Formats: sequence, C-alpha cells, structure tokens
Amino acid sequence: MEVLERVAFYVMAVLAVISALLVVVNRNPVASAMSLVGAFLAVAGLYLTLNATFLSAIQVLVYAGAIMVLFLFVIMLLNLEREPFDLPGIGRIAGFGLSVALLFSLISLALGAVARPETSARGGSGAEIGDVFFSDYLFPFEMASLLLLVAMVGVIVVARRRKPEEEEEEQA
Amino acid sequence: MITVVDYYVVASILFAIGALGFLLRKNVLVMFMSVELMLNSANLVLVASAKSFDLARGSAFALVSVAVAAAEVGVGLAIIIALFRLKATVDAEEITNLRG
Repeated sequence: MEVLERVAFYVMAVLAVISALLVVVNRNPVASAMSLVGAFLAVAGLYLTLNATFLSAIQVLVYAGAIMVLFLFVIMLLNLEREPFDLPGIGRIAGFGLSVALLFSLISLALGAVARPETSARGGSGAEIGDVFFSDYLFPFEMASLLLLVAMVGVIVVARRRKPEEEEEEQA
Repeated sequence: MITVVDYYVVASILFAIGALGFLLRKNVLVMFMSVELMLNSANLVLVASAKSFDLARGSAFALVSVAVAAAEVGVGLAIIIALFRLKATVDAEEITNLRG
C-alpha cells in the first residue's frame, strides 16, 4: 500500500507540473485550455491521495467541468488565432527571472516546513464536510450562495450586448 | 513516506508556473488560466495542511474557495468579452487605456 501511495503521488505530481507547463507554453489558446483540464484533473488526483474524496469530485465537476467549459466557450466566441512568436524582450526576461526566483524561494520555504504527524480528526468524505458546513460554517456557506448569485447578475450586466441608444447615452 | 512537505513542493512548482504564465503571456485569456493554476496550488496547500489537523474543516475551506473561484472566473470572462467588444483584441499589450 505504501508503495502504491508513493507511485500515485508521483504520477499525479508529474502530470500536474507537465500539463501546467503546457498551459504556459502552448501558443494556441484552445490547446492551453485542454492542458489546463489535465492540470485540474491531476490536482484532483492529488486530493485523492490526500483522502479528500469529496473535494476531488468537486474539483473535477467545478474546475474540469464548469470552469473549463466557460473558458472554451469564450475562446470560441472570441475566435482567436495562434499567437505569433516574438523574440523575448527585456520585460519577458525580467518576468522569467522573477518567476524562477519565486520558485526557489517557495521551494526553500516548503522544505523548511516541519511535517506534523497526519492525525486528522475527521476524514474528507461528503458526510463529514456536510457536518462541518451545516453546523459551524453555516454562515460562510450561505454567503457563498449569495456570492454566486451576485456574480451571476454581474456577469449578465457586464457581458450583455448594449442597445445602440444605450451606447449613445454612455458616450454622452 | 509522502509527507505534507512533498505536497508543498508540488504546489510551489505549480504556483511558480502560474506566475510564469501570467508574466510572460500576452493573451489575456491565457493569463487568466495561469491565475486559475495559482489558485489551485493554493488550494492544494490548504488541503495538504488540513491533513494534520482536521481534513473535513480544511476541505470545507477549500470548497468555499472553489465557489469563489467559480464566481471569479464568470466575472473575469465577462470582463474579457466586454473588453474584446471594445478593443477587438485580447492582447494585453494593446489594452493601454489606463496608461498615462
């Protein structure tokens, strides 16, 4: 079992890193979006190795499902073409250096962390998370639903096509 | 033995890749995808840490952050659509209205 856990972790970790790199490297936005699905699924696998089964299912449903469909819809709506390749300028070299510095500082921070014994009081199953949400965290739970409602209304207002007379009003 | 430190390292790499994409790419959509990647790595740290305390509570935290991410993606993509209607481009270097 121990070996199996290790293998599962390393496979998922490598998959996550490779697909994340593909998101950044691909010049076609649709290919980037597809690699992002791979990254989300690999993170869902990492949640599974942590025994967070419910969160893993939610990750697949919400991220790999809903959010990616939204991304693909927008990419196809905007009808984008491939980005042309251009030589890296000073800004991009600086950005690269900055993210490499970020990588090393984050990893050194991570390696400095002390691994506590993994003695979780409760597991990550749907029933146990439901227990938490409907007792201690009822208010944040309701606020999340309010947030989603407000976001939905906001999205409709921002993205709707304006009538010509309204645009004239805005210009004036 | 896989410990929480291994998860931290993976999350660090994912976060750095997200930052790399955000800084290097010019397509606003791909920049947004990189932000999602960074958000995901933060969630991973949250859940991995929760393993040593109370996984149910940590998962609940992560679940709320997923809900926030879903709302954020909706609003962000709506803004990108509005931006595209206005400018007919998603190139971050051509959207310079706020530049003095």
